Amino acid sequence: MNILYFLVGCSVLMALIFLGAFFWAYKTGQNDDVHTPGIRVLFDDEVTAEKSEEDHFSS
Amino acid sequence: MEDQSKTTTKAICYHCGEDLPKVKYQTDDKDFCCAGCMAVFKILSENNLCNYYVYNNNPGRQLKNESHLEYLDDPKIIDQLLDYKHESSGIITFYIPAIHCSSCIWLLEHLYKINPAIFSSRIDFLKKQVTINFNHEEISLKHLVETLNQIGYEPLISLQDVVKAHSSSVDKTLVLKIAVAGFLMGNVMLFSFPEYFGLSGFEKQFQSLFGWLNLAFSIPAAFYCGRDYFTSAITSIKHKHINLDTPLALIIAVLFLRTAFEVIFATGPGFADTLTGLVFLLLMGKWLKQRTYHHISFDRDYRSYFPIAVTTLEKGKEKPVSINDIKIGDRLWIRNGELVPADAILMKGDAWVDMSFVTGESEPIHKVLGEIIYAGGRQTTEAIELEVIKPVSQSYLTGLWNNENYKNNIEKQNFNDSVAKYFSLGVFLIAFAATAYWLFQHDSHKAWSAFTAVIIVACPCVLALSTPFTLSAILSVFDKKGFYVKNTDAVEELAKCDTLIFDKTGTLTSNENAEICFSGSLTNEEKLIVASLLRNSTHPLSRHILKALNVERFYSLNDYKEVVGKGLSAQINSHTIYAGHLSMLPVTIKSVGETGVHIVIDHNYKGCFDIKQQWRPGLAQLVSKLSKFNLQVLSGDTDKDRSMLTTIFPEQSTIRFRQRPHQKLDAVLSLQESGNTVMMLGDGLNDAGALKQSNFGIALTDNINNFTPGCDAILQGGGLNLLPHFIQLSKDGLKVIKISFAIAIAYNCIGIYYAVQGTLYPLVAAVLMPVSTVTIILFTTLATRWFARKNKLI
Repeated sequence: MNILYFLVGCSVLMALIFLGAFFWAYKTGQNDDVHTPGIRVLFDDEVTAEKSEEDHFSS
Repeated sequence: MEDQSKTTTKAICYHCGEDLPKVKYQTDDKDFCCAGCMAVFKILSENNLCNYYVYNNNPGRQLKNESHLEYLDDPKIIDQLLDYKHESSGIITFYIPAIHCSSCIWLLEHLYKINPAIFSSRIDFLKKQVTINFNHEEISLKHLVETLNQIGYEPLISLQDVVKAHSSSVDKTLVLKIAVAGFLMGNVMLFSFPEYFGLSGFEKQFQSLFGWLNLAFSIPAAFYCGRDYFTSAITSIKHKHINLDTPLALIIAVLFLRTAFEVIFATGPGFADTLTGLVFLLLMGKWLKQRTYHHISFDRDYRSYFPIAVTTLEKGKEKPVSINDIKIGDRLWIRNGELVPADAILMKGDAWVDMSFVTGESEPIHKVLGEIIYAGGRQTTEAIELEVIKPVSQSYLTGLWNNENYKNNIEKQNFNDSVAKYFSLGVFLIAFAATAYWLFQHDSHKAWSAFTAVIIVACPCVLALSTPFTLSAILSVFDKKGFYVKNTDAVEELAKCDTLIFDKTGTLTSNENAEICFSGSLTNEEKLIVASLLRNSTHPLSRHILKALNVERFYSLNDYKEVVGKGLSAQINSHTIYAGHLSMLPVTIKSVGETGVHIVIDHNYKGCFDIKQQWRPGLAQLVSKLSKFNLQVLSGDTDKDRSMLTTIFPEQSTIRFRQRPHQKLDAVLSLQESGNTVMMLGDGLNDAGALKQSNFGIALTDNINNFTPGCDAILQGGGLNLLPHFIQLSKDGLKVIKISFAIAIAYNCIGIYYAVQGTLYPLVAAVLMPVSTVTIILFTTLATRWFARKNKLI
């Protein structure tokens, strides 16, 4: 059961990595605005008249 | 379906959704209410940005009057505004109050299509901010702001930079501390599990490993996450008074020391799980307390009302100067609609100054040459020249904010801090009594463990949590009803108020629903003539009247003259028509009021359009519901509404008119000195001093994006009728906190029973704390909801 020493070390290390990831995400401002990106993804790409015709022919 | 949408788009403006006047503007089969809306549509369609209208129907807003942007060419001001500047690229963040829907986001993030010198733009919707990255060599800041103005998104640039003030207000380290505390708690719980279930002989070899790991995790919990409690406790002891942080700091210290002691001497598992759990929960409570509204600023002062720069005259030449650089003796050039930023003497021009910011009086006051115009006045007629006699920071208006009376000298003690004293005293008494007993029994080991255990188990953690949980639940009930309270501490102040002071204009009356009424009579033909004349003016009053008249067609006119802010005249169908202020009219008329827009056609006086302020609906009911409070009305206006107010308000309430801002402030002060807790309701800058001095200042507004002076809470006009319910709920909230305190005491008694015997096992402490915490959180949430329902707020 000495493997437990290793596993405990691994689990702490993993948790530390996730904590570090959170620190990084927070400090780079990824949590500053949690509202706008949700709206932003709903915008369609620019659909111009010619493009939709092209699509029509290609399909 | 298509037909339906067509009929709806026909009745309203395609751009802004306002009702169409009978004479409408048309382009591309689309109807617009005014030339401004049509111009925006044209710009957007030229730039292939018509998707703007796809995401929402009528997403636009009506354009306001033009603003002067010359100051944006001044390099000093540019440097002040830019966030970042490097070679050709610059980044700037604007606060744009008009942002309100997804179309706004889409359009403002496609600014690069309008002008290729704009690289990118990003919106923060909740904060109503846009960050623009642009090439400042190709497009000047002034041009950039003009572009935004053209499409109807005028950024608000004021002396108190809203954008920068916001970013510093959030305590970023707290969230990081919570993350660390959560990480520590999770791991410590994991390593404590074997201990909870009992260790077999085989697992005993891991006991010391887990113990040491727990100790290692306790170090950051106590000294990184819990550091604020220690510093707060030390400062409060230095000031010789005890706040809630003092016992908390003591408990954290005792938990840590006992854990270290037990692990190092291998006498037991320690209390690392309790320590980390406690710190995590405490920080969560703290976070709830700090949470505020992103989109509302409560700390605005005169600087948010003032522009960032004014035009000065130097040897006859106009030059924009930053407001902070204005010196005594400078000549200011104030145009129609601009604000006088410093106390100054009128040197040239005809001044009709709207002093509503300062005095609350809505009628413009005529000033003659050589008279002093105080800062905060808004010029309503032609441009005037002024000489500054006092710098901005020492003006009459600014003095309101620098008044030393402000409430920092009032001792603000909330329930928690007042209880903390007795609580700490009680815990110490029990702890020392238990220690003394065991020492008397010559059992020093038990004496030590009883002492520490009592302190650990009698944790006022519940006390620290029940207040933020209850009050933040109340806050969220309030904000659904349009009542935005600054923070949880303010709710406690709200509950204590016994005196209510109302301002009149804008508070008891509503600015939104002002009704145009005409005294006199006009034939249909005359209405057409008046409308044709007013159509040419951009003055808000003209637009208001035009909307009220709502005629089908217009005549063409000759010889149109407009004296800005005073009146209009023209020739229409061989009639001479005048509309405007009394002094502008060609005939002298007596026995009519000064105010309003007077109409004269062919030298015959026809009557006058007046804007009548509407009382907010349900005022009488509101006052009767508030009858147990001491009510007062302090108005800056004339006493024309005295009879109306005396019928509504009870006899013993004070109603005073013509109150200057300083008089309002003094009234609040004298009430406070006689032992009253004062709530002030106001709306304008003229109430700002009183709002700040009062124990609970509420700023009323009809549009939450409007500027409101610094206050404790912002209330939307429609929610005024709910005020008695708001006050009642805050009182109930304090009741909930007191009951939860009683529950906490009950739990503590169980814990102390074991603790004084020196037999408290870590497991009991580790179970007791979360159980009591969960009980309290559940209780406060449910009780708050119950009370909110009882008060008809949900």
